[in-house]
Amino acid sequence: MSDLLLIFTDYTLRNVALGSAMLGVVGGVLGTFAVLRRQSLLGDVLAHAALPGICLAFILTGAKAPLILLVGGGLAGWLAAWLVLAVLRHSRLPEDSALGVMLSSFFGFGVALLTFIQHSNNASQAGLDQYIFGQAATILASDVLNFMVLGSIALLVVGLFYKEFKLLSFDPGYAHSLGLPVRGLNTLLTSLTVLAVMVGLQTVGVVLMAAMLIAPAAAARQWTDRLSHMIGLSALFGAMAGASGALISATRENLPTGPLVVLSMSAILLVSLFFAPLRGLVWDWARTRQNRRRVHLERLLLDAHVLHAHGTLTPQALAERRREPVTVALRNLEALRSLGWVQEHPQGFILTPTGEQKAHELEQAMRVLLHRVEGSS
Amino acid sequence: MIAQPKTVQNPGSGVSSPLSVRDLTVVYREKPALWDVDLEVPAGQLCAIVGPNGAGKSTLIKAVLGLVPVASGQVRFFGQSLEQARKRIGYVPQRGSVDWDFPTSVLDVVMMGLYGRLGWFRRPGRLEREAALRCLEQVSMSEFAERQISQLSGGQQQRVFLARALAQNADLYFMDEPFAGVDAVTEEAILHVLHQLKGQGKTVVVVHHDLQTVRDYFDHLTLLNVQVIASGPMDETFTPENLKQTYGERMRWQV
Repeated sequence: MSDLLLIFTDYTLRNVALGSAMLGVVGGVLGTFAVLRRQSLLGDVLAHAALPGICLAFILTGAKAPLILLVGGGLAGWLAAWLVLAVLRHSRLPEDSALGVMLSSFFGFGVALLTFIQHSNNASQAGLDQYIFGQAATILASDVLNFMVLGSIALLVVGLFYKEFKLLSFDPGYAHSLGLPVRGLNTLLTSLTVLAVMVGLQTVGVVLMAAMLIAPAAAARQWTDRLSHMIGLSALFGAMAGASGALISATRENLPTGPLVVLSMSAILLVSLFFAPLRGLVWDWARTRQNRRRVHLERLLLDAHVLHAHGTLTPQALAERRREPVTVALRNLEALRSLGWVQEHPQGFILTPTGEQKAHELEQAMRVLLHRVEGSS
Repeated sequence: MIAQPKTVQNPGSGVSSPLSVRDLTVVYREKPALWDVDLEVPAGQLCAIVGPNGAGKSTLIKAVLGLVPVASGQVRFFGQSLEQARKRIGYVPQRGSVDWDFPTSVLDVVMMGLYGRLGWFRRPGRLEREAALRCLEQVSMSEFAERQISQLSGGQQQRVFLARALAQNADLYFMDEPFAGVDAVTEEAILHVLHQLKGQGKTVVVVHHDLQTVRDYFDHLTLLNVQVIASGPMDETFTPENLKQTYGERMRWQV
């Protein structure tokens, strides 16, 4: 609890938490569109491609003003995205290959530039490598202000073009047929994603940035079937991860903020994947199990019904019919009895009236089903 | 029937055909998907485009709507260019072309048909909701308005797409395989809408795959196999020779 209060009193922690939360919000909102348009990997390319831009901005200006470096990174990311599109339009390279090649080329070039700068004996170069994994601890109030401005621009534009972006994500062909400038909107949305990446470069760095685009949106999708709610939840999850990552890293020495923000986000995603109502895996498993169990019992009852009609519903007869050991047949009969479908009888077992009625209903349903299968083929 | 002289280049000269295509060629990589297609669609009729797989039926629709790049050719709508006539044209894409797990409701999808009319920065409001609901009613899908679209059957998806196009309130409709893989209820609903549209004097161009039903459903037929094999009123065009020429010798259907 005392850590939580630090957020209001500790200058560094407040900046770090605010910066990370802002990244979470912007990444969450733009990531929603990236995920829905199946362009998650493009976010990864944008982020990795920023590294050579940062290095070039430093070489050209000799300054380490964060905003200049961020703009350099953003431009490089934007160029990479444009190159991916150009490659896709003019070559037969599949999309994932184009994305992968662009990512590694730009990142490789960035690392090469970084090494070059580090050996150039430029005293002010120290710390440039923080952009690879991020170093949130160095975030200043002026950086937070930058994030706010960049993030606000991105969010404002999303607000303005919300309905167009929605249609573009759902059905670009139809959007085109309505006369919407699909290519322009594509470029705009990609550019906004570049802004989100710029917000994240100092905090989580180029390598982990993609997580802040993909994970909040993927988690949010689990909880809702409405785009507007998904965007809101995604922003909320991103902000929660950002703030809690910052807080956790403040509790001990030598805990890096960026990776902890991403880990917090992964935790939220895991919980969402497993436990979100409707789409959660746990409920899926439970429903499947329940259905299997129900079908198993119904088939059992139908077998019992046949034997009952012959007057030989005994564990031995059931075992023979179902080709299972007598012990299993006994257990199965016990299961049917606990449902009130069979009862014991001097010659073994018989169906109860409830059991008979249920069996009749099942046979009726089977007949309808079979009829439908035949009818449709 | 005497071929109409092609006066389509001068807009405003008399009554222009809803769709007039001249010398349209589309090339994917090396192989032409459409070759030198000429087509005049008569106003106020239900027109089918029929041909074998890979004949370029969908490509033709997409090309006239500017959705795929065109190598050469001219397309006029009511004597106007696509840009000028945009608001008079409605489109029903193949339902398999989108992700139906997208987080949105049936009503939201239908309202998308009004986005072109709404213009920039305006959100759909009460009027748009009511208009969309009326369109859903026309395809008997009112009770599904608030449903998430992933919960729909294939036929219901098709009707949602149809309702979205109806919301556009166009004069000329393009529908890409609306009857493909739908249930009997949906087939009835689509036919009902087609006849309604015809009754309102609108023109509908439908890519169709089923030779058994094409004669009953449509007034005008275009047989396509990369080139236009034949195009005209159903009775004159739906002939064994034309079909053989379109589908090749080994045609599976008895006519």
